[in-house]
Amino acid sequence: MRYLPKSPDERRQMLQQIGCDSVEQLFDSIPAEVRRQRPLALDPGQSEPEILGYFRARAAENARDAACFLGAGAYDHYRPSVLDAMISRSEFYTAYTPYQPEISQGTLQAIFEFQTLMCQLTGMDVANASLYDGSTALPESVLMAIRANRRKRIVTARSVHPEYRQVLHTYLQHQEIALEEVPFAASGQADARALADRLGDDVSAVVVQSPNFFGIVEDIPQLAAQVHAAGALLIVMIAEPVSLGILRPPAEADIVAGEAQSFGVPVSFGGPYVGFVAARDQYVRSLPGRLVGQTTDADGNRGFCLTLATREQHIRREKATSNICTNQALCALMVTVFLSVYGKQGLREMAVQNLSKSRYAAERFRNAGAKLRFQGPYFNELAVADLGGRPNLQDRLSEQKIIGGLDLGRYYPELAGDVLLCFTETASREKMDRLVQIMTESG
Amino acid sequence: MADTDIKKARPHVSQNEGLIFELSSPGKVAYQLPPLDVRAQDPVQALGREYVREELAGFPEVSEIEVVRHFTRLSTWNYGVDTGAYLLGSCTMKYNPKINEVVARLDGISNAHPCQPEPLAQGCLRILHDLSKALVEITGMDSVTLQPAAGAHGEMTGLLLVRAYHQSRGKPRKKVLIPDSAHGTNPASAALVGYDTGSVPSNPEGMVDLAKLDSLMDEEVGALMLTNPNTLGVFERDIVEIGRIVHSRGGLLYMDGANMNALVGVSRPGDFGVDVLHLNLHKTFSTPHGGGGPGAGPVAVKKILEPFLPVPLVREAADGTLAFDFDRPQSIGRVRAFCGNFGVLVRALAYILANGAEGLRQTTEDAVLNSVYLRKLLQDAYELPYSAPTLHECVFSDKRQARRGVHTGDIAKRLIDYGFHPYTVSFPLIVPGALMIEPTESESKQELDLLADALLSIAREAEQEPETVLTAPHSTRLRRLDEVQAARRPILRWKPPA
Repeated sequence: MRYLPKSPDERRQMLQQIGCDSVEQLFDSIPAEVRRQRPLALDPGQSEPEILGYFRARAAENARDAACFLGAGAYDHYRPSVLDAMISRSEFYTAYTPYQPEISQGTLQAIFEFQTLMCQLTGMDVANASLYDGSTALPESVLMAIRANRRKRIVTARSVHPEYRQVLHTYLQHQEIALEEVPFAASGQADARALADRLGDDVSAVVVQSPNFFGIVEDIPQLAAQVHAAGALLIVMIAEPVSLGILRPPAEADIVAGEAQSFGVPVSFGGPYVGFVAARDQYVRSLPGRLVGQTTDADGNRGFCLTLATREQHIRREKATSNICTNQALCALMVTVFLSVYGKQGLREMAVQNLSKSRYAAERFRNAGAKLRFQGPYFNELAVADLGGRPNLQDRLSEQKIIGGLDLGRYYPELAGDVLLCFTETASREKMDRLVQIMTESG
Repeated sequence: MADTDIKKARPHVSQNEGLIFELSSPGKVAYQLPPLDVRAQDPVQALGREYVREELAGFPEVSEIEVVRHFTRLSTWNYGVDTGAYLLGSCTMKYNPKINEVVARLDGISNAHPCQPEPLAQGCLRILHDLSKALVEITGMDSVTLQPAAGAHGEMTGLLLVRAYHQSRGKPRKKVLIPDSAHGTNPASAALVGYDTGSVPSNPEGMVDLAKLDSLMDEEVGALMLTNPNTLGVFERDIVEIGRIVHSRGGLLYMDGANMNALVGVSRPGDFGVDVLHLNLHKTFSTPHGGGGPGAGPVAVKKILEPFLPVPLVREAADGTLAFDFDRPQSIGRVRAFCGNFGVLVRALAYILANGAEGLRQTTEDAVLNSVYLRKLLQDAYELPYSAPTLHECVFSDKRQARRGVHTGDIAKRLIDYGFHPYTVSFPLIVPGALMIEPTESESKQELDLLADALLSIAREAEQEPETVLTAPHSTRLRRLDEVQAARRPILRWKPPA
């Protein structure tokens, strides 16, 4: 087998040195009754052309060359060629976790840069080295808040990504924490009055997402004032961080967490992505996951290493801030390269393009007689009212090589027939026109 | 300093490189976006001033070549599997096949959207389906979820399943038992699920003490969390009896699959009494470690736990079409958005396709052969605290070297000078001063002989010139880093100079 670097002769030599007659003897410590007698029922090993053939056939069974107007937590932005060139360097992608800092400075410095970029984007003081994704970043943030103030109730806006909220529920189901939700207003923003009713001195944290699942931007300063007055923490989730190219960062939040997939991580049918969590300085020792810190070596040179490990599972075990070990380091590297390429001007310009595309689409929908479900400010996603229920809609879109949006009825029964659409800088005017035309045509 | 003994490595000039922010200068660009084909919006007009940020202070402004040189230089400071052997116990740092990288990037796969209508995602669903089938066959279980993003995530998922099972039978139970040799994620995951942990001591052979297990196992214990082979590399000889004890009190047997590299094709957890286990695709199944992820931690279960699996599962209809099944009333819920670390799953499936049954078995045989061979070469110079036969990894202690003041951490640092990545230091906790070594099947006899030479040479150095070892590494860009200072005065981000 081509991945095994030993010849039959070498195996014989080695067995001889060990004092074994056969390789089977090496497994004598496994009781015979549980040792497998038959080969596994798997097809024989394949050559590269055959493996390629298999996956090409699978790729052909998926949509291809289609303009996709889906967002809903996974965003298509242009990945510069530099990105793959850098992350394909084997010293990055075949490397282990940087526990031996002297031979891992590449990984460590890149993570330090990632942590810095997340702080600069979000307005927070400290950020970790990554979490699995945006959805798991939510329970990790909530658990941080609970550790901070020991209160037992969490209030989450219903406009937070539904699958994030499902994951929060899964994680907290055995923790004796009450999970409540507040509705969204006609604007699409979290309903501030309903929130006021829910607040009390047993609320640990309030969770909102901005832009939220409907693409609507939340009024963070106002929410923060409300939440802090009640002595609770404000957690702001961000699923589309390209928005931070032009949106005011949620600087009043206590914890900002979410999904950085937009920054150069392929959409890849849902993963691997890259979660992030950032917070104010006072919460640093409660952060989950890995942290890279700056230090010096024996000769006084600047270097980086993993630090504050007493928070983590390998030291603190059942008392750790999280059970997370392997995280999403290579995806965090993609983010760091992406943001280095686009930089200060590029991220802003990309965000302006996204805003412009979605506003154009909205105008076209309005001209065709359709309306947006929500009136609030939005970035690159919007919900168009009542156009989702038309017969064979996706088939008609497919004919034009278009993948349409998400029917909100999937998660919000009262919004069935409303369609969530995303317009990034990759959306062409022509395809947007076609999309509007097909969605709004009668019959 | 006996540098003439170092055969595998020599020092080499490497480039310095500051932080990307330190290279920044206003007006430098590395990007160009296509021109807008619609009217440009002014954010303040479109959103209102209160929603718009000031500039991205401190964000990089560099050119393309600077980005390329920056990350290229950083990469040259790293060591990877493609550079040379990693000996990290229970990490299974094996070769990452390059065809896996090609197929993960195919058009139609790397750009598939997770919310694509199912008729437009049949290829992705087929990949999930085929991988699930293969993993079920390899583990001897009945069903699998591919959602968890890593081993620890899988552990949490598995324990949630255990708890849901017990809850459905009337009593969730209160705790899980974990051997004292276990990885830290085990108790951390148990805590998340609301279970207390009880520690099961190891016997003098390094295996689970059956008598102690028998006395600890009662109807408050939801599960025994076992790594098999354990973190000493030893197969639990009494595994069938262990399963019987646990099952006799209504408990479940959870297996941490981190050490599956000793079992694939040779023994199946489902055949030795395991009810639920997680796998680490970034260990056993060759997906790249990436400097700390992404990985994937699928969880395989016996039928009794299937109703509780996370939603959604992939189901095949009579006509062969595939769909996500969300109608699972007893499910523990989602453990993450979307279906899993799909790009990692693709790579694992490619690895399984490349190997087939015979390749997988040969892989396991070579992994064990390599480790036992290494053990033989080293056992005269390094203390072996447990004499039980080991499989794919083994654990030495620094007891002999410690007499000269040299500890496992020092030996690890000196091994860097010899051109190797260190083994796992100071774990498992039941071996004081542990050196946990797992070569994997990816090492040739030459590399193993060089490794043995290196460790034997370091043992001699510890005897004759301990200072050399204590102040290692000598040949790296940076000498030993002050990790105490890093924790005492944490600097966790760059800030612009005042």
